[in-house]
Amino acid sequence: MDLIIPTISQGLLWSLLAIGVYITFRVLDIADLTVEGSFPLGAATVAACLTAGWSPVPAMIAAAFTGMLGGIITGILCTKLKIPALLAGILTMIALYSINLHIMGKANISLLQVDTVFSLYAISGMSQANMILIIGLISVVFTSVACYLFFGTEIGAAIRATGCNPHMIRANGVNTDITIILGLLLSNALVALSGALVAQSNGFADVGMGVGTIVIGLASVIIGEVLFGTRSFKNCLISVILGSIVYRAVIAIVLQMGMPPNDLKLFTAILVALALAMPLFQAKLNKRKAAKN
Amino acid sequence: MLRIENIAKTFNPGTITEKIALRDVSLHLAPGDFVTVIGGNGAGKSTLMNSIAGTFPVDKGKIIIDNEDITKWPEHKRARYIGRVFQDPMMGTAANMQIEENMAIAARRGKTPTLRWSAPAAQQKFFREQLKTLNLGLEERLESKVGLLSGGQRQALTLLMATLVEPKLLLLDEHTAALDPKTAAQVLAITNEIVTKRHLTTLMITHNMKDALACGNRLIMLHDGKILIDVKGEEKKSLTIKDLLAMFEKAAGSELNSDALLLS
Ligand SMILES: Nc1ncnc2c1ncn2[C@@H]1O[C@H](COP(=O)(O)OP(=O)(O)O)[C@@H](O)[C@H]1O
Ligand SMILES: [Mg+2]
Repeated sequence: MDLIIPTISQGLLWSLLAIGVYITFRVLDIADLTVEGSFPLGAATVAACLTAGWSPVPAMIAAAFTGMLGGIITGILCTKLKIPALLAGILTMIALYSINLHIMGKANISLLQVDTVFSLYAISGMSQANMILIIGLISVVFTSVACYLFFGTEIGAAIRATGCNPHMIRANGVNTDITIILGLLLSNALVALSGALVAQSNGFADVGMGVGTIVIGLASVIIGEVLFGTRSFKNCLISVILGSIVYRAVIAIVLQMGMPPNDLKLFTAILVALALAMPLFQAKLNKRKAAKN
Repeated sequence: MLRIENIAKTFNPGTITEKIALRDVSLHLAPGDFVTVIGGNGAGKSTLMNSIAGTFPVDKGKIIIDNEDITKWPEHKRARYIGRVFQDPMMGTAANMQIEENMAIAARRGKTPTLRWSAPAAQQKFFREQLKTLNLGLEERLESKVGLLSGGQRQALTLLMATLVEPKLLLLDEHTAALDPKTAAQVLAITNEIVTKRHLTTLMITHNMKDALACGNRLIMLHDGKILIDVKGEEKKSLTIKDLLAMFEKAAGSELNSDALLLS
């Protein structure tokens, strides 16, 4: 029972990653592996800034900013240099590993001795766990409203059209190189922000904390879509956030049931593989049903 | 209006798959010209159109619209002047977006997108009026996703979108070829209506000789990357399929392999 609030909180902090992955994977139709580098990039940036004495909000803005740069690099690799998007993301991810080490100066920074966004603004009498929930909620509401508004603008519509049909949007005068770069920039800013929040709630930033984040993001997106629908963009955003919370709950439950933590990534990968293969299973099932009738 | 001067295009030059698609093609269109373009499979029709639209750069020559040299312009910049409808009905619209959202994008063709709201309610009345002219009942479905429409509906919508902002040049690449005969006739009728009523300078590729003769004020035939036949005005009006075949034989020195062209 006492796991419910931390589970929801973690789901909220990670849902920014999920929204970021949604923007590339669903809106732009690109599987962007940059996130594996930009998530720890956000964590590294926030850790470096906090230990240098910055206050948490500017430190998180800096984290989102470095995430943007990561997205721009991948964007330039895949538009201007015509490197396939998947490979472009891998290149940036690998490059960021070194850069993250440079930013942190070592592989791991503890944040237990510095003020984080969760401790500095703590309301007296409120536990750290509740603070994480509140700040998580604020971040998610702010981000999702901003995303919703942005994707309703002319630029946002152009980005959505780019993912859906690049021929169409080019024929209407939009430079798809720019829209792709913008989408990647926005996505990775959110992912880095997620990394910054998660690092502060964990109490440390680690250079290895990006491993598997793309799969976690995909799991959240797919779980959300299946359980909560995809009727409209608003619906999708809410689904993705809820998907991230459900994913955390699933993880909490299987851990409670005795699954060794080392198997978590294997478990998540299998979950995502099954979910991605779902349309195929569904088609086979329908065929069999049709054959029976 | 449109001046094409000696353009050429070779695909995969210097490889075993090298293919000369356009050889030194020149073409001048007067304002309001409605030109139908015919030619066998692989004659270079789409290559000509894609060269004008900027899908790829040409190897040599110049493309000039309204005294402006656009040869070096990227595809998206040329969209300022050019409206397009593709052969594939899926290519001209964004399936996951609403009719309204698609039209809003088309309504600012050639302008750099801003942070203003994309599909303001104030535009709905205008969109509805425009859709009404298609007579397909789409004016009642402004909020439907385009992916729910049939191929013919999508092609008609694309045509409307391509002309929502008046293009200096309208390019239609076999835009009825993927439709069933009845729908194709319907979309062609809408095309004729829009193009003639608004005097749009238009290049329309068709594989149907009858349509090519019935529509427009000028007809060109491409063969092996060259313009073989170019007839206009009164001469075009009285032209028959038989005349056309005879002209082809005389010009090409061979019989027209008419498999790819619908003669009836
Ligand atoms: N992108 C491309 N790459 C290689 N060859 C091409 C390409 N596009 C067209 N071609 C070739 O150029 C020739 C002309 O093609 P196209 O203009 O599409 O003919 P059509 O008159 O049927 O529209 C064909 O032989 C075609 O195979
Ligand atoms: Mg063609």
